[in-house]
Amino acid sequence: MNPSVDRIKTRFPTAFVRAEVIWGETTVYLRTESVLDVVKYLHDDESERYDYLSDVTAVEYRDLELPLQVVWHLRSLPYRRFLRLKAEIAKGDPLKVPSVMPVYSGADWLERECFDMFGIQFDGHPDLRRILMWEQYAEGYPLRKDFPLRGRFSRSEQLRQALAAQPESRYSMTELTIADAFEDLPLEMRQRLAGGEKTGE
Amino acid sequence: MAEKRTVEVELSTSGLDAQGRPQRTPLVVDEGGRVTTMEAPPALEPELEGEHMLINIGPQHPATHGVLRLVLELDGETVVRCIPHIGYLHCGFEKIGEYRQYNQIIPWTDREDYLNSPGNNVAFALGAERLFGVEITPRCTVLRVIAMELSRIMSHLVWLGTTCIDIGAFTPFLWSFQERERIYTLLEQWIGARLTTTLTRVGGMGADIPDGWMDGLRDFTRTFPKTIAEVDRMVTRNGIWVGRTIGIGALSATDATNAGLSGPMLRASGVAYDVRKDFPYLDYETYDFDVPVGTSGDVYDRFLCRMEELRQSVRILEQAAARLPDGPVNVDDARLILPPKSKATSEMESMIHHFKQVMEGPRPPVGETYVAVESPKGEKGYYFVSDGTPKPVRWRIRPPSYVNLSAIPRMVEGHLLSDVIAINASIDIVMGEIDR
Repeated sequence: MNPSVDRIKTRFPTAFVRAEVIWGETTVYLRTESVLDVVKYLHDDESERYDYLSDVTAVEYRDLELPLQVVWHLRSLPYRRFLRLKAEIAKGDPLKVPSVMPVYSGADWLERECFDMFGIQFDGHPDLRRILMWEQYAEGYPLRKDFPLRGRFSRSEQLRQALAAQPESRYSMTELTIADAFEDLPLEMRQRLAGGEKTGE
Repeated sequence: MAEKRTVEVELSTSGLDAQGRPQRTPLVVDEGGRVTTMEAPPALEPELEGEHMLINIGPQHPATHGVLRLVLELDGETVVRCIPHIGYLHCGFEKIGEYRQYNQIIPWTDREDYLNSPGNNVAFALGAERLFGVEITPRCTVLRVIAMELSRIMSHLVWLGTTCIDIGAFTPFLWSFQERERIYTLLEQWIGARLTTTLTRVGGMGADIPDGWMDGLRDFTRTFPKTIAEVDRMVTRNGIWVGRTIGIGALSATDATNAGLSGPMLRASGVAYDVRKDFPYLDYETYDFDVPVGTSGDVYDRFLCRMEELRQSVRILEQAAARLPDGPVNVDDARLILPPKSKATSEMESMIHHFKQVMEGPRPPVGETYVAVESPKGEKGYYFVSDGTPKPVRWRIRPPSYVNLSAIPRMVEGHLLSDVIAINASIDIVMGEIDR
């Protein structure tokens, strides 16, 4: 078992839930609200030095009674250690965990993706937006188990929404139409063109 | 007759000294943690009319290496703000994986980082095998090392060629793609496919190497270093190349570690983190190879790191070719490996195994595992959660280029617009892996 487990246990008795080893990898289960404190300790303490955040993700089981888990994979490059942290969110509880952005800047996109795919709110993330799906995406959170593989809406409904979305309205620069361009021409030129004169020959 | 005169000329190309060596200036970290060179940092141009310009690079720009869209706010030609937008290629690999058996997912791994398909196949198989609790055969281990290093060379060659084109050198692109073609030929002889290889199975390989294949590999490892040397001679001390890459997009070691960068991106900043050395798999600890590490973390150091990795991969390939043992490729486990076709059509037992495996799929025990390998882009991880059914509850890809790309705003801000292209090229992104 990873030696950090005992130190987390003694230092954060209220945060520590349980630890297990599976296939040589140590997992520490923590209370949701204290994840950031433990991560801060793991990052800063001289005997831990977990300076590398490999991954942030979540797991929802097919058995819908089981809690949803948020998973952090940490590495200590100086000590060559690997540790998995987990926080469990019971069914019905708000999907909210603290963001580890204050400790690892690399958590930025990883947390955004987790929010995008599972709808988990990372408290303290400065810019929690959808990242892989577009921002107007309204069908829900694709990696949740209650989300059907083909999406919630039919193909025709998806197409209708895409066409109705009018992406042009959000472009920063509007495209110039022929009529606009004509209006911008000098008066004398407009008169000549209106008189039937051909250009560019 | 006029006297013949000789004149000492100073080499005037920027970034090179009189001997033609690249001039390196030590980097300085300011209070804000940003890395700057000793020379004047790229100063913001005077605000001409106080008006900033917004421009889009991509999603259809050739220099974005795929469908990346960067929204840049420019003050003159200096980037003030950079907002990347991704997701144009998102196809929900992880969701689809939850509806597939383990062996059926392997073709999907080809398509995520498609420059490194054999490497992804191996990484996936390693993860699934740990989940199943299977020990692979010695021959399979060495074959997988060969596959991983070949795919590393393949991916680095694409990076080299496209980056050279981005920065304005066309010839190395042709040279590197010529070499890549030879690896494709080798892979085609081995598994029958060139790009989407689906090389591995859980517990073994899709096929053993054909007779005489090792001669082809030895021929490649013998002649390939010549191409690296040629590119090296052409590019490494080239004034334009050096001028456009040194001091561009630098990240300090702590910044890069904190941002979760991996692979050559992290090593160029001076952190010697290589999964092959630090968390070894496939007996990489028994191979003799070096991990190149940069000092200043700029585009030039990333280039040097990748060039050296090409040479180190050749070293590993030579050692693997020398030690390849005889014996079976697949584990002897009817639970996992399909019986030979001739047996499946003639023996009742084998037919049952075949039927059960194809229709139902092998069942791993309940559990979870995170397996990381050193892909050409960095730490590539697969996280599996199993509930004992033939399909994973969760199959998570830890995409190295996704995390590497997330640091791009920090790298480009303060640099010129043309540097954005060089920095983006140096990250070595594959949008298939980022969007998945």
